[in-house]
Amino acid sequence: MTTPVLEISGVSKRFGALLANDGISLTLSRGEIIALLGENGAGKTTLMNILFGHYTPDSGTVMVDGKELPPGSPLAAIRAGVGMVHQHFSLAPNLTVLENVTTGTEPLWRLRAQRSKARIRLMEISRRFGLKVNPEARLGDLSVGEQQRVEILKALYNDARILVLDEPTAVLTQVESEQLFATLKEMAALGLSIIFISHKLDELMSAADRIIVLRGGRHVAERRPAETSKAELAELMVGRTVKRPVREPHTPGSVVLEANSVTVTTGGVDRLKSIDFSLHEGEVLGIIGVSGNGQSTLAGLLSGTVPISSGSLILYGHPVDSGFSVSDAVNAGIGRIPEDRNKEGVIGEMAIWENAILERLSSFSRRGLVDRRAGMALAVRIIEQFDVRGGTPGTRTRLLSGGNMQKLILGRNLVNRPRILLAAQPSRGLDEGAVAAVHERILEARRAGTAVLLISEDLDEVMALADRIQAIAGGRLSPPIPAEEADTRKIGLMMAGSWSGEAEHAV
Amino acid sequence: MRFERREHRPLALVITAPLIAIGAALAISGLLIAIAGAPVLEAYWLILKGAYGSRLSATETLTRATPLMLTGLAAAVAFRARLWNIGAEGQLYVGAITVAAASSLLFGSLHAAIQIPLLLVLGATAGMVFLLVPLWLRLRFAVDEVVTTLLMNFIAVLLVSMLIDTVLKDPTAFGWPQSQAVTNEGTLPKLLSRSRLHAGLLIAIVLAFVVHFIQSRTIFGLQSRAAGLNPVAAGFAGVPLGRTLVIVAAISGGLAGLAGAIEVMGVKGYVTTDLSPGYGYSGIVIAMLANLHPLGVILASLFIATMFVGVDGMSRVLGVPSYIADVTVALSLLTMLVALFFTQYRIRR
Amino acid sequence: MSMIFDIIASAGLWAAVLRIATPLILGTLGALLCERAGVLNLGIEGIMTFGAMIGWLAVYNGADLWTGMFVAALAGAVFGLLHSLLTVTLGLSQHVSGLGVTLFASSFAYFTFRLAVPVAGTPPTVTPFQPIAIPGLSDIPFVGPAFFSQTAPTYVAILLAIVLSWVIFRTPLGLAIRMTGENPHAAEAQGVNPMVMRYGAVTAGSALMGMAGAFLTLSAFNSFFPTMVQGRGWICIALVVFATWKPARALLGAILFALFDAFQLRLQTMLGGAVPYQLFLMLPYVLSIVALAVMARRARVPQALMQPYRRGER
Repeated sequence: MTTPVLEISGVSKRFGALLANDGISLTLSRGEIIALLGENGAGKTTLMNILFGHYTPDSGTVMVDGKELPPGSPLAAIRAGVGMVHQHFSLAPNLTVLENVTTGTEPLWRLRAQRSKARIRLMEISRRFGLKVNPEARLGDLSVGEQQRVEILKALYNDARILVLDEPTAVLTQVESEQLFATLKEMAALGLSIIFISHKLDELMSAADRIIVLRGGRHVAERRPAETSKAELAELMVGRTVKRPVREPHTPGSVVLEANSVTVTTGGVDRLKSIDFSLHEGEVLGIIGVSGNGQSTLAGLLSGTVPISSGSLILYGHPVDSGFSVSDAVNAGIGRIPEDRNKEGVIGEMAIWENAILERLSSFSRRGLVDRRAGMALAVRIIEQFDVRGGTPGTRTRLLSGGNMQKLILGRNLVNRPRILLAAQPSRGLDEGAVAAVHERILEARRAGTAVLLISEDLDEVMALADRIQAIAGGRLSPPIPAEEADTRKIGLMMAGSWSGEAEHAV
Repeated sequence: MRFERREHRPLALVITAPLIAIGAALAISGLLIAIAGAPVLEAYWLILKGAYGSRLSATETLTRATPLMLTGLAAAVAFRARLWNIGAEGQLYVGAITVAAASSLLFGSLHAAIQIPLLLVLGATAGMVFLLVPLWLRLRFAVDEVVTTLLMNFIAVLLVSMLIDTVLKDPTAFGWPQSQAVTNEGTLPKLLSRSRLHAGLLIAIVLAFVVHFIQSRTIFGLQSRAAGLNPVAAGFAGVPLGRTLVIVAAISGGLAGLAGAIEVMGVKGYVTTDLSPGYGYSGIVIAMLANLHPLGVILASLFIATMFVGVDGMSRVLGVPSYIADVTVALSLLTMLVALFFTQYRIRR
Repeated sequence: MSMIFDIIASAGLWAAVLRIATPLILGTLGALLCERAGVLNLGIEGIMTFGAMIGWLAVYNGADLWTGMFVAALAGAVFGLLHSLLTVTLGLSQHVSGLGVTLFASSFAYFTFRLAVPVAGTPPTVTPFQPIAIPGLSDIPFVGPAFFSQTAPTYVAILLAIVLSWVIFRTPLGLAIRMTGENPHAAEAQGVNPMVMRYGAVTAGSALMGMAGAFLTLSAFNSFFPTMVQGRGWICIALVVFATWKPARALLGAILFALFDAFQLRLQTMLGGAVPYQLFLMLPYVLSIVALAVMARRARVPQALMQPYRRGER
């Protein structure tokens, strides 16, 4: 047997109280594709950061071609042929593709960068692996898929023989994902070894030669796709069977919110293009789409942070005027779960009770003074009713885990029984248990008659929760289809922008 | 070696941070005093004696602390909402010149009970208005207010210089460029006879408590803190960001303008271009030493005033340049930053 | 109108322009280099003050003029290291630590000056740099006296703008610095150490600021006095924005700015006492604010400017 290209043995890493990696070992052979599967917090990203020298492990070694890598040195990892494609791209939007790729590839003290040589080399690699780019384009002008191509090219330009991809399909459409995996398979055939991180079971089963499951910082199982099933993998990943709640049949009530040919333009760009939808009491309307297709604008529109440019938005039968503000939205009984908890949802340095009342300060004001007692009481109620763990009302919110922070946000929105709930990516980045809790709350609100607009990029989530589904692509909304008629293929096509009658507008 | 974020800020460390910072600053300055060939401990003893050794010097220290409290508050209020108002120096000057102009040209004969409040309001308003330009540039064009407020400081002094050279020139000052004086009715009452200590000190202390109350108890205080900590989340929650910032700027500019007004009405009587020995810039140091807490500002401004008042006597006796006080004050800002860092992070290996 | 024309057509004006521009060129290049690596250096005003003092003091104590410039650069670099320690290693607010550096550097400069030079009626002087006529070129009518009869540091400053432009846009080092200012995580991922880049850029940039200060005492004037920098540092910070972080445009911006300044000085003498001279003195500051407002939205700011970089933290 030949020596493996990569051998990680006994790697452990502790962050404060958290043991992120606990004695993990794995090997990778030439031309092999392995998948790392695990929930958020299972230690996948930490492990890859150790491999790449971003973190120094507390114990354990990383060997490439039988030689040990010095810990904590990205440069050594690059020299040894490890290339990393981060989930959040490590790119500079203001620089060109060529500049992004060639940073750090030449001796720094050279008097002149060998730009034309570099361009030729980049074009050659781009041809060999079928990754088309324009080297002189400003990176910020490229689409997300193209940017990922640049990220991969960057690794290949550094002669990477081991390519690590962290959740590569998180930002891609179905079609782009399929293309990506086709390219990866070709690369493996050319002798590259590939590790990719994912929690999408479909793509693991079809693309990986071997699947390694991590849980709680440990290597818990290793399977070949032929020998396993999605159900088994899911159970291995979670470690127990977590049942997501099921949507029971329910007759929706009257229309509470309606959009007619709504267009939103910000900074000279049409973010939403003449969209239509209607939302009924007691139903969940799912808006599915790859992020970056207008979801943020749609959420902002209903939250009162983005003004409408043309068309009409009709709330409870009355058109909303252009000055629709956050307080208007809150006062109209719209509960809002923002897509980015830490950036938009809570103020980490403030106490839980302060975050609980921040949206409706006027209700907690006595002659301009903060009614601290009432605020504390509300926080206690939310903590109890919504099972927020890890803090008292006075705790700084930053100290809560992601799941508990989301429960706090859900609580502050649902505690007053809103008529409309806007939930933008409500379970993004949460572990399986927290996802189930969030889903349960959303369905509970639906049962109570709340109209829920669910914006999500998670197909499983939308299929499980929504009564009707519309896809968002390039700022346009597809016509709705009932959940019963939805299947992966159909929705995949819709997400790519092709829906009947509208197909010519798409792309 | 790396730094690891602490989950909890140890309260003892937060409270002692300014003391540690001041201690470190004094230690480094001590080195400079030694290099200057003077005995370090004696120098500090002389500074203390110069600041508190007699009734006169103690009142002088309190008098000096008065405008510092107000500029310190101006900076603390603004910084807490992440409004980087570095323009207190300029706002102080426009507040001062407004008061001198209003009293000498317009309202000089009004009764003190009417004139003094009127002048205080005018001085504060002038400070507010002067901060409006940088604020507008930030809100409209996203121009960093640090640089604009710094530049405005120079404009303010030149503006004052121009006015005291022309329309406001005191004809009895033997040609010296100085403004006409605030009338007797516009002068703040003395707190103690045979001293320069005036009612402005009480105003400053009361305002520190008022600001503390506003920040800790009112809806506006909560909103401005939220806007400072995370503007995106605050905006999402419905905090009116623009309005909050405008009010914060008004308070901050107003306090700085008031510092100038009070200095003229209580101490100087008239305005010159060396009215302020950098009160506005010292305010930044005070705000940081106070960890942006309004009541801490009172104590921090006393420390700065002690240095500045006490240093003169020490300098005369030991021959150490009196700039050592400025050095100590500047160093205490830097050491405070480091001390604050270690309340949030710890060293790991 | 003819008066304005007379001013613009005089070679003396243009000679003054380059003289006024030199400290601005050096200071702006220094601030620009720091910002390209992602660090705003508001220490500039104090570093210029200290450079002016220490450069002068060295020459006053017998060093030659170039040694004076070198000492000023070295002192600037030391303050740059201090600013790096605070903002890069500790990741503190770049605004506040920059102001702290300015307060410290300027008060330390005054302290040292007082310690070294006893109080005197007239400030002591040194013999400053003398204009060097470039053979051939300086004989050209108008252009010669206007542009080719400057002191040596002026030529050096212009040369440095060209060199820095080359380094930033044409060398691998420049690309690494730019990447650090745009996305330090990406730089790190490519094996470039962002900490080292930031330390280097801030230290080198601060050395240029020290030289900018020394030009004032060793070429433009011949003595040191407190508050002589007069906000030139802040103007440089504004010029960086005006120059959209490009050295060649910084050179142009500084010259344009100096042109206004030289023009207003002459206009001021011509108009005599008709208009208060303070109005003219305000112009540079007003102009800086206007430049900031005009360029603020257009410029492509380095994306990681003012963002601390901590390994392993996103």
